[in-house]
Amino acid sequence: MPDEVGIVHVYPDLLGTYGDRGNVLPLVRRAGARGVRTRVVEVPAEAALPLHGDIYLLGGGEDAAQLLAARSLHKDKRASGVLGSRPCLAVCAGLQILATRFDDAEGRPQPGLGVLDATCGRLARRAVGEIVTEPQSLPDIPTLTGYENHRGTAVLGPAARPLGRVIAGVGNGCGRWEGGVQGRTIATYLHGPVLVRNPALADLLLTWAVGELPPFDDVDVERLRAERLDAADPRRRGARRMLLGHRVA
Amino acid sequence: MPTTDVMREAPGWLHPRCRTSVARNAARAAGAAARRLRGGSGVVIGGRVLLAVEPGSISAVSRGRDITLVSGTNGKSTTTAFIVAALGEEAPVATNRDGANTAVAVAGLLGSTDARRVVLEVDEDWLPWAVRETSPHAVALTNLSRDQLTRHHEIHSVAEAWRSGLAGVPVVIANADDPAVVWSALAGERQVWVALGARWTADSLVCPGCAGRCIRTGSDWACRDCALRRPVPDWWLEDDILRSATASLPLLLELPGRCNLANAALAVVVAHHVGATSPGEAARRLRAVHSVAGRFKRIRFRGHDLRIMLAKNPAGWLELLDLMASEQHPLVLILNAEGVDGRDPSWIYDVSFRPLRGRTVVVQGRRATDLLVRLEHDGVAATHVPGPLAAALWKLPAGRVDVVGNYTAFRSTVREVQRA
Repeated sequence: MPDEVGIVHVYPDLLGTYGDRGNVLPLVRRAGARGVRTRVVEVPAEAALPLHGDIYLLGGGEDAAQLLAARSLHKDKRASGVLGSRPCLAVCAGLQILATRFDDAEGRPQPGLGVLDATCGRLARRAVGEIVTEPQSLPDIPTLTGYENHRGTAVLGPAARPLGRVIAGVGNGCGRWEGGVQGRTIATYLHGPVLVRNPALADLLLTWAVGELPPFDDVDVERLRAERLDAADPRRRGARRMLLGHRVA
Repeated sequence: MPTTDVMREAPGWLHPRCRTSVARNAARAAGAAARRLRGGSGVVIGGRVLLAVEPGSISAVSRGRDITLVSGTNGKSTTTAFIVAALGEEAPVATNRDGANTAVAVAGLLGSTDARRVVLEVDEDWLPWAVRETSPHAVALTNLSRDQLTRHHEIHSVAEAWRSGLAGVPVVIANADDPAVVWSALAGERQVWVALGARWTADSLVCPGCAGRCIRTGSDWACRDCALRRPVPDWWLEDDILRSATASLPLLLELPGRCNLANAALAVVVAHHVGATSPGEAARRLRAVHSVAGRFKRIRFRGHDLRIMLAKNPAGWLELLDLMASEQHPLVLILNAEGVDGRDPSWIYDVSFRPLRGRTVVVQGRRATDLLVRLEHDGVAATHVPGPLAAALWKLPAGRVDVVGNYTAFRSTVREVQRA
């Protein structure tokens, strides 16, 4: 097992509006708990991506920032190759940038990096609220919890699989799917930050980078997960009503 | 523009002037009844009645008044309170002291007073509406940064709405250090620029005008791709001195922190431009402000000396962390995610809480677990104590305690200590 993980935070200056900077922290914390050191590199927009990071993170941003970030990554000729070949988490605007194509705020199609076989349009109405999904494509990942705040859709092509099936919320806006997985790229509309609320996803990225990890239980994070799922997962609300003796509608 | 369910078609069977009069009397009666029955100011109830009876009455009740509106993400309430103090007028100045700043509150206040001079803080989303309805003589703008993104969604859309809404405003007195504010303010007929400084710059890296890159160099900023750049300030803040080409005014405040110096600087310039007051006199009057709707209130409660503070977004937290940097007494941090707080509290990950390492920290609120986990990720050991503030204080040694909450948490804390 390597004794250090290089975490590359891509353009936090442009893609960091919805708390997605927080996705770095559980990677550092959970790696550290297993005795694995981490080195975090923040790459500002227009700087070249390092080629040998172990995990790459892209967050969400406003429409104009997303477009600037996409153009900047297109100028970095090696960016799509790096992001497509390394473990990568892309959230919201990050998902759209990795897609084949996305629509900008005026509805004009813009080229994505093509790392994720998906095309992203615009929802008629902004999706805002708690979201719960049941993972489809990744092994041993429990129910995902997050917060969505976006107007993007995602239609997946044959090379990508959905990250989850939507239990509550909107997700990709096409069918009942949320996000996309292709190779070691995980793309999602879930903020929260998603890796804080879903430590199993953080561990999966770390495992892809360094191999198998011993278990690590984080009591407070599990409590947070339980609170958010209790609040948003209709299946748990039903179970709670039954436990409390109320009639389930 | 946001809408409310009370902004419906008015009853058409009365002459407009009569409708306004009826609406105003009904609003005052409702406000008075609410004050007697429930306490509080009654302006929100009054505003609901006013808008329900005659939605167009705001323009009518605004006519002939000298109205100043204050908006921005941070500092609205304090700047508004400072302006009122700085004006130092003998005649009453109508203002929303309790911080209620949406359409119904603005309507309620205007319907409840005959004061000629009105200084109102206005919620960012409601500013274009307020400008259209009240035809203010001046608008003061503090900053635009991420806050309640579940409601505002994107800062740029707020800036666009401001720019459309501010067209024709006689004078906009605005923060020269915030590109979104500057771009919006340029729509006014005349601008007075005040350099207030900008500690939080993460939301001003994209040009609001052309969506190009905004580049910051020291205190200066400019868009790389269009002509938008920091205007030459008419006034600027240097530490605790407000300066212009001809003036140098020390700002001696009872409220702590750099953020309040910025609020005070803007207020002095506003009072000078809208009132018959010299900047020096305006600055001297600011010492009369000891607390604004409970902000920075110092109070003895349950054997503790409390200082109660509001931090509702990353920019506000940065200022408070700076303010508390040299202190070591315990902290109670309270986080909610009600509608007016924004339902998504993930913005707490945009702030580094590392300066709180080593301090005794208690967390409370409906989203206390979110806060607890956030602090753990920054190596800040905290304890969750459910229940009211009194329960947290029970666990802390007697002495000074700082209490910091976001909007609804802050309000309920102020109510709790006021009840005692």
